[in-house]
Amino acid sequence: MAIINVRNLTKQFKTLTAIDGISFSVEEGEVFGFLGPNGAGKTTTISILCTLLSPSSGTAGIADFDCANNPDRVRMAIGLIFQDTTLDVGLTAYENLKFHAYLYNLDSKLAETRIDEMLTVVELQGRKHDLIKNFSGGMKRRLEIARGLLHYPRVLFLDEPTLGLDPQTRNTIWDFINTLREKERITVFMTTHYMEEAENCDRIAIIDHGKIIAMDTPKKLKQMVHGDIIRIVTEDNRKAVPEIQRLFSVSAREENGTLVLETERGDEFIPRLIHSLSITTKSVSIQKPTLNDVFLKLTGRTIRDDIVQDNKEVTREFVRSHRRAQR
Amino acid sequence: MIQVRPIYVICLREFIKFFREKSRLLGTLARPVLWLFVVGNGMSSLIKPRAGFSYLQFIFPGIIGMTILFSSIFSSISIVWDREFGFMKEMLVAPISRLSIVIGKTLSGTLISVAQAIIILVLVPFLGIQLTVPQFFAVIAVAVLVSFCITSLGILIAARLTSFDGFNIIMNFLVMPMLFLSGAMYPVTAMPPTLRHLTLINPLTYGIDAFKHVLLRDGTPPLGPEFPLTLDLVLISAVSVLMLTFAALSFRRKD
Repeated sequence: MAIINVRNLTKQFKTLTAIDGISFSVEEGEVFGFLGPNGAGKTTTISILCTLLSPSSGTAGIADFDCANNPDRVRMAIGLIFQDTTLDVGLTAYENLKFHAYLYNLDSKLAETRIDEMLTVVELQGRKHDLIKNFSGGMKRRLEIARGLLHYPRVLFLDEPTLGLDPQTRNTIWDFINTLREKERITVFMTTHYMEEAENCDRIAIIDHGKIIAMDTPKKLKQMVHGDIIRIVTEDNRKAVPEIQRLFSVSAREENGTLVLETERGDEFIPRLIHSLSITTKSVSIQKPTLNDVFLKLTGRTIRDDIVQDNKEVTREFVRSHRRAQR
Repeated sequence: MIQVRPIYVICLREFIKFFREKSRLLGTLARPVLWLFVVGNGMSSLIKPRAGFSYLQFIFPGIIGMTILFSSIFSSISIVWDREFGFMKEMLVAPISRLSIVIGKTLSGTLISVAQAIIILVLVPFLGIQLTVPQFFAVIAVAVLVSFCITSLGILIAARLTSFDGFNIIMNFLVMPMLFLSGAMYPVTAMPPTLRHLTLINPLTYGIDAFKHVLLRDGTPPLGPEFPLTLDLVLISAVSVLMLTFAALSFRRKD
């Protein structure tokens, strides 16, 4: 049974179309990832699903409740972990959780039990009465996850859950999310622009310029890139390209002085390539395809390119400031 | 739709934070003491007592009004803080109505201001003002009304304010003029016409006048109350309801 249903969802901010007629559904118990560069429409989609924004057209529903028409039922069914911390740093861990429990109308006694339970799960029991001010980034994120789960939501939304965290903390958070889904059968909807993170999902939707351009399991998506990726540097790349094409019927493309080609069984291909090629090879490397290669193949850009050069940051800022103004 | 437990916990949060921040508590006492004993005493040497009240006694109702003004505006501006630091999102995605958030914030702002006004009353013995028990409760009643009014105004502003940059503008162009044009420092009737007109549209003027009715009971203008008490109370109540309605409305917008 699908727990999240989205049909032809569109969101327009004045002149900017943040999401453009997307449709997808997420099964109960699934970990579903939204992968895309900054400004692709990930956060906008989450904001509509969690009833913070209303759609321009189309529908979004969670657990049979419409996000626009029945926001309170949707809100009871979801837990949220935002990109930026939403804890009150002037309160203690316990006070933050207690506040949440009261907002979600949990019985006082039940709240106390759950708070202890969740603090134990995220290993913060010892810091129960410490001010958030003194917490590290990873501890804050863990506490936020504990808070998001306090009312036992059916769907947990994670918006860039590990943004700004060091790799070690990122792994801890992921171990934790994986344990959680085994125990609770909770549905997880997450957005990310980290490829490695997206690999943890059951299914991924790749989103770019407000449209879903591919949606499948990470494994199947990676199969869209044919086989392994081989990068070679030769003495004369320009002469090598037509020669490889002639000898092996494989098309190579040049990227920053390196030839990139896709082939099945790359480990067997390399010796043959070096042996047959008349031009001297200076270096070779082989790599199993990643989701980044999938994104590159679908859009012609890498996700990181966008972060550095594109005007996507501007778009994102625009969306943010617009949203602020609306509140 | 009004939900009691969320409103309770929103208030509780503000109180915990108020009593945890020692500097804010200290500021509550320091500012009025400074005004009363430095400005008040200085001015007393220029202005002769009239109808049995000195200038120092005259400004005391104004000082209570000032304390409420600063406290209420500060409390409601905390909405902007909450928004800047993300905590507002926690409230906005919870299954509670926007009206409950507005009421929670208004109630906590009001209660904290009233608490501060009561703290200020410890200065009464140093001013030679007689405070009977009924008078004490009357001061609290007026304090509730005035605090509620100013907090509602603050929340209306905070709902419109998109970033914290606007805070200084609010302080300089709204809070300070509201203080100086309220009859707190000088009698309204003694002001030049232009300033007097501005003073008459300031809700705080009537709040402070109501405090004068209670604290300077037998006083006559210029140093005593200047408007009928009924007029004061009706005006503050009407303005409060108006402000709160607008505040709740501007909070409801969602795109």
